[in-house]
Amino acid sequence: MEALLALTVGALVAAAIYLMLARSLLRFLFGLVLISNAANLLIFTAGRLTGGAPPLIAEGAEVPAGAVANALPQALILTAIVIGFGLFAFALVLVLRAHAALGTLDSDEMRVAEPRKRAAP
Amino acid sequence: MGQAGRTTRAGNGIAGRLPVALAGALFAVFAALIPQIAEGHILMLALDWVPALGISLSLRIDGLSLTFALLISGIGTLVLLYSNSYLAGHPHYPRFALFLTAFLLSMLGLVLADDLIVLFVFWELTTVTSYLLIGFSHENATSRRAALQALFVTGAGGLAFLAGLILLGAAAGTFEISAILARGEAIRGHALYLPILGLILAGAFTKSAQVPFHFWLPNAMAAPTPVSAFLHSATMVKAGIYLLARLHPALSGTGTWLWALTIAGAATAVFASVMALRQTDLKLALAYTTLMALGTLTLFLGQSSAYALTAFVTFLIVHSLYKAALFLVVGCVDHATGTREAEVLGGLGRAMPVTALAAAVAAMSMAGFPPFLGFIGKELKYAGALAVASEPALVAGAVLLANALMLAVAGVVAFRPFWRPAAGALPRTPHEAPWPMLAGPVVLAALGAVFGLAPGLLQGALVDPVVEGFLGTEAEAKQLALWAGVNLPLILSLATFVLGLALYAAHRPLRAALIRLDAATPGMDAGWDGFIDALRALAAWQTGLLQSGVLRRYLFITFATVLLGLGGTIVARGVWAAPEGLAGVSWKQAALVALILAGAALAVITRSRIAAVAGLGVTGIGVALVFIVFGAPDVAITQLLVETLVVVLVAVAMLRLPRLGPRRRRPADAALAIGVGAAVSATLLAVLLAPLDRRVTAFFEATSWPEAHGRNIVNVILVDFRALDTFGEIAVVLIAALSAYALLRGTAGRGEK
Repeated sequence: MEALLALTVGALVAAAIYLMLARSLLRFLFGLVLISNAANLLIFTAGRLTGGAPPLIAEGAEVPAGAVANALPQALILTAIVIGFGLFAFALVLVLRAHAALGTLDSDEMRVAEPRKRAAP
Repeated sequence: MGQAGRTTRAGNGIAGRLPVALAGALFAVFAALIPQIAEGHILMLALDWVPALGISLSLRIDGLSLTFALLISGIGTLVLLYSNSYLAGHPHYPRFALFLTAFLLSMLGLVLADDLIVLFVFWELTTVTSYLLIGFSHENATSRRAALQALFVTGAGGLAFLAGLILLGAAAGTFEISAILARGEAIRGHALYLPILGLILAGAFTKSAQVPFHFWLPNAMAAPTPVSAFLHSATMVKAGIYLLARLHPALSGTGTWLWALTIAGAATAVFASVMALRQTDLKLALAYTTLMALGTLTLFLGQSSAYALTAFVTFLIVHSLYKAALFLVVGCVDHATGTREAEVLGGLGRAMPVTALAAAVAAMSMAGFPPFLGFIGKELKYAGALAVASEPALVAGAVLLANALMLAVAGVVAFRPFWRPAAGALPRTPHEAPWPMLAGPVVLAALGAVFGLAPGLLQGALVDPVVEGFLGTEAEAKQLALWAGVNLPLILSLATFVLGLALYAAHRPLRAALIRLDAATPGMDAGWDGFIDALRALAAWQTGLLQSGVLRRYLFITFATVLLGLGGTIVARGVWAAPEGLAGVSWKQAALVALILAGAALAVITRSRIAAVAGLGVTGIGVALVFIVFGAPDVAITQLLVETLVVVLVAVAMLRLPRLGPRRRRPADAALAIGVGAAVSATLLAVLLAPLDRRVTAFFEATSWPEAHGRNIVNVILVDFRALDTFGEIAVVLIAALSAYALLRGTAGRGEK
């Protein structure tokens, strides 16, 4: 299953990058969502998969009984999901604001800071 | 009011006096060390600085460093005193004093350092302070250009020098200079000797303005005159010379060393003395004679004979004394008359008698007349040149020509302006300079005369220890004496006087011819402008290429770099791993993966925004299901929550956004995306091959309950073991929320207008 997920992660990354390279900022945002999913899945897979055994310690026990899923990548991913969401929400608002100000979602047309005509040095 | 009321007498307050006191105190300290050094002691002082890299802030005071330290602090004191009057009431004087004092301290650090890296740090500090001082009149475009040129040339040399030092340190096995000097044999036999020598010479030659890197030094005369006197004649340009002298025991004695230094030195000396005669600006003429002196010093360092090295150290001292004095004299003349043009100045002897006297004494030393120290220096130069084993005639000829030209220039600079009849109206009525400005020239010129009459003072205190440092204790410095009998050097001296006086007599027609010749030949200085223009064009071109201002291109370059990095590593390491265990995948797991991929595919191909959001949702839920199946329920819950929020937010936002445009065919983007995806997959497969290091996880599992009293290990990690990370995470989300709120309010405000 790890190998299959490894291929899946690659496919998600490819889809995400393709979307992020689009001119439409909305597609860029979709790519952003996909790439953070891909990254989380990558960390999860790299920590190895253990089916059906969450990292919990039974009542009365000192340590988990038997092999449980790797807790470390889970903790990392929990943080990553939340941060990724924060990033996404901010980017979404930024796009909204840019659209309100510039009237377009085409990133090629957003050239207020760097106008197309460049003065010769 | 206050500014206008401050005359030359008022000075610059504490900013003017404090640096003088500091430099004077340093000079006193170094002077007090003379007896110890003269007895042959070497003083060491070491402080650990970067112990991990084996770099220590160690100082070493031997004859060579003490000679330089005395010159730097002594001339520094006089120059600072001089500047306080020269730039009296200048609005930026505190800045000037700061730069000059910083330079003085860097220069002292440079000559006292006993560690190559420490030496390099001070070396660069002198470059930076020199840049600031040359560009002191920063409102003047010429000054800025000269400052930048000096910085570029010496800075580029400095980089080569650093590379050379690192190689040298590697070859010697230490960065400690004392230890390196003891291993000269091993270094000269080392396979890296030639690269080391080449790189270090590049640093030394640029710093000390040897041909063909000489062109920045005359331009650096844009600096205020005290700076020229201090940095560009007596001290900084001698840093390269110091370096060559310092490493002489380790690097000299090979054919390459001999020829590189002899050729560069002789070419610089002759070229510079011819160019010196061409100048009409007194300061520029002196600048070129400084080049000549630097060339001569380099020439002597090429040798290893006691004669040549005695000549080196004597001429080093002679030159610093008379050249600093003459620069300061020119500053006095400029200050008093408002011009430095040789053809305008005349008849100043009556108005400025003390300046004229100091100029005459210093010039006699420069021209090499007895009984001044310059005469002894010149005799030793001839003796040293004749001792050159390979080409005595060539070297002595070069020195003879340079000395004769020097005599002519000394006459033009220090004799003619004072004693020829007044040529015409001067911009200002000349007056004698105030005493702080006279102190420098008078003291320095007088020292030249005193040491000339009593060379023994200099011999025991400085010359002997330095030469011992070069050659070891058994060698002896040659005796400094005014009268050494009738010998070949004396005859050459007489020839110099005759030739020099003839050149002085004929200097005006000669100068006219040289000016015509100079105008006809393209110089390095003209090439410099072309070089800078080309550099600018290159920068503009590459900025235009990389900074296109188009988001897609930035992302494309970023991802392409990721692909190169990942793919390059995979190919270089050869870590190919075929996907294993695909056969053991159950149909449920396959269906899960199919769900994830289908959602992503829908998001990519659809033109409908709702469909795209739905696709994203499907992918997100698929990922959440993977988390559930493989023992991560907490993660899955968070993922589901966030996915829901994302879908809701996008849906709300879409009310205010236009529809998606048509999809364009983007084969290049697709290729890049697939490439990065494949590289990520390959990397992850390779990672899966390596055994997992579970030590951190094992620690959390073992301590979660006993130490943190939590049964959910993931939660314990988040809120206990890594609580600060979680705190940071909350802060990030909060900041994102605040920024989003601010942006949204901004939108609303604009809409209402």
